[in-house]
Amino acid sequence: MGMTITEKIFAKGAGKKSVVPGDNVWLNVDVLMTHDVCGPPTIGIWKKEFGDKAKIWDKQKLVIFPDHYIFTKNPHANRNVEILRAFAKEYDIPNYYDVGTERYKGVCHIALAEEGYNIPGTVLFGTDSHTCTSGAFGMFSTGVGNTDAAFILGTGKIWEKVPESLLFTFDGGLPKYITAKDLILRVLGDITTNGGTYRALEFNGDAIFSLSMDERMTLTNMAIEAGAMNGIIEADEVVENYVKERSSKEYELIKSDEEANYKAKYRYNANDFVPLVAKPHSPDNIDTVFNVKGRKLTKCYIGSCTGGKLSDFVSVAKFLFSNEVRVPTFIVPASTYVAEQLEVETISGVTLKNIFEKAGCVITQSSCAACLGGPMDTIGRAQDGEVIISTTNRNFPGRMGSKKAEVYLASPLTVAASALTGEITDPRDYM
Amino acid sequence: MEKSIKGKAFVLGNNIDTDQIIPAEHLVYSLNDPKESQLYGRYALSGVPLSEAGLPGGNIPFIKGEETVSEYSIVIGGSNFGCGSSREHAPFALMKAGVKAVIAESYARIYYRNSVDGGFLIPYEAKEKLNNVISTNDEVEIIIDENMLINHTTKKEYSLNPLGDILPIIEAGNLFEYARKSGMIV
Ligand code: SF4
Repeated sequence: MGMTITEKIFAKGAGKKSVVPGDNVWLNVDVLMTHDVCGPPTIGIWKKEFGDKAKIWDKQKLVIFPDHYIFTKNPHANRNVEILRAFAKEYDIPNYYDVGTERYKGVCHIALAEEGYNIPGTVLFGTDSHTCTSGAFGMFSTGVGNTDAAFILGTGKIWEKVPESLLFTFDGGLPKYITAKDLILRVLGDITTNGGTYRALEFNGDAIFSLSMDERMTLTNMAIEAGAMNGIIEADEVVENYVKERSSKEYELIKSDEEANYKAKYRYNANDFVPLVAKPHSPDNIDTVFNVKGRKLTKCYIGSCTGGKLSDFVSVAKFLFSNEVRVPTFIVPASTYVAEQLEVETISGVTLKNIFEKAGCVITQSSCAACLGGPMDTIGRAQDGEVIISTTNRNFPGRMGSKKAEVYLASPLTVAASALTGEITDPRDYM
Repeated sequence: MEKSIKGKAFVLGNNIDTDQIIPAEHLVYSLNDPKESQLYGRYALSGVPLSEAGLPGGNIPFIKGEETVSEYSIVIGGSNFGCGSSREHAPFALMKAGVKAVIAESYARIYYRNSVDGGFLIPYEAKEKLNNVISTNDEVEIIIDENMLINHTTKKEYSLNPLGDILPIIEAGNLFEYARKSGMIV
């Protein structure tokens, strides 16, 4: 019987010939990633449970990115970073990317890719639900809590149930007003926020393999919004080129068998897509931009591991070039690399950064910022009564700050078009 | 392991995400410090819009005033309980508030694992939708061996899905105890 790519990586990671969905297996972990919110409690559990014998299973495989509550005066939040710093020093952790230093990277999922930790065919766990982002590299990646992470930290292993897979095939080509965000919003509308629970979402088709790594990561990033264990795209040349530039590690290109078993298969024609939004207060509350256009906004937000990558800002800059925003618009580069590139990439000779500044946007430092609300002094945090359109991934009540704010999720193109008018706007009207 | 879990029910709707269980701004407190960690109990379920808290009527605060422990020890949810972020603070906060078990139609994977592997509380799956037949303040009891829920207030009984693969971890206490018992770690 054939296996899907996810099942094959499970079998490999568990040292078995084959696995079937529902099997509980112990996986060998290739990389464990943590950050400032879940790192300190993970370390606490690891110390408590392993006591004096506490040993990190493999220091090279532990990666720590402070990124969530970074630029705040909140003393508790800053204490978390201090705990990570002390831990990195005490145990001499090679892959710690401290804030306030040149090594600081920004949002963990994007930093994992940029720093060469995403390797096709491998198994990556992280203490963050959007760890599924790394699946864009043809690998298995998923989020876990602190206890599981502490267990991995000491043993390099974790139990996991082999998921059933759902296959999403996108034929055709993407119209210029459509981005990966519109594709994943459509999937969420179709299968809802628990349609993927305990399952793998696999994406393929011509439209997918024509996407850049940035765009592929937008798709796999939001697999968790369907409750999925992982999102995954088979690695191709685009992935290989990206990985080779950043890592010298061996990799294995694993592909699903022709006769692999899927719980369900979905087929779309990318040519037919129209710009979509997720309305308040759930990522599966999908509608067309056309149907909600005209909704007055108080803020536009472009950032996060979903919508704060370089390709997202290139899309936005095309709209904002020689234009001014009508509502406060926040530009939050996901990583310090993306922030640097804003000063390098140009449109008609003008840097993206200049375009955004001239348009009247607020450009912030790289971090998770208001994507998850955060401490009260977090830049861009949602206030009571606000109506926001955002390139982020979640709009549950209070996710971006106030419970009394409404958040619409959309593609960078839709958010940029909306910034120009101060109301939800269809990007097709400006293209 | 106890034979039954008895207490007052607190009823919630579908898709109770981790931001509603413990809002992100509260994730900064220490989980180890006995006094500071009580704040997790204090803010448990504080992200649930008040109109949706304590169904069917709503407007029932899970935690009264400045207290850190709730009078409710069994939470009844709908589908997709615990969706959203990976924060283990969510089942931890419920445990700190005195919750012993959650009963829902379905769970988000990470929340479910966290509840079990961390040994915070038992996540039961109901065989049918319960959040429209049980009311907040009903006196309920879970009979563990029989996978059964009794509503003493309405005198009705409901069957729950067996705990299956996770039972040995729950019986051991948490993932570490389980691994020690089975000789995986010393
Ligand atoms: S940017 Fe948002 S979704 Fe991404 S890791 Fe940070 S908080 Fe999570």
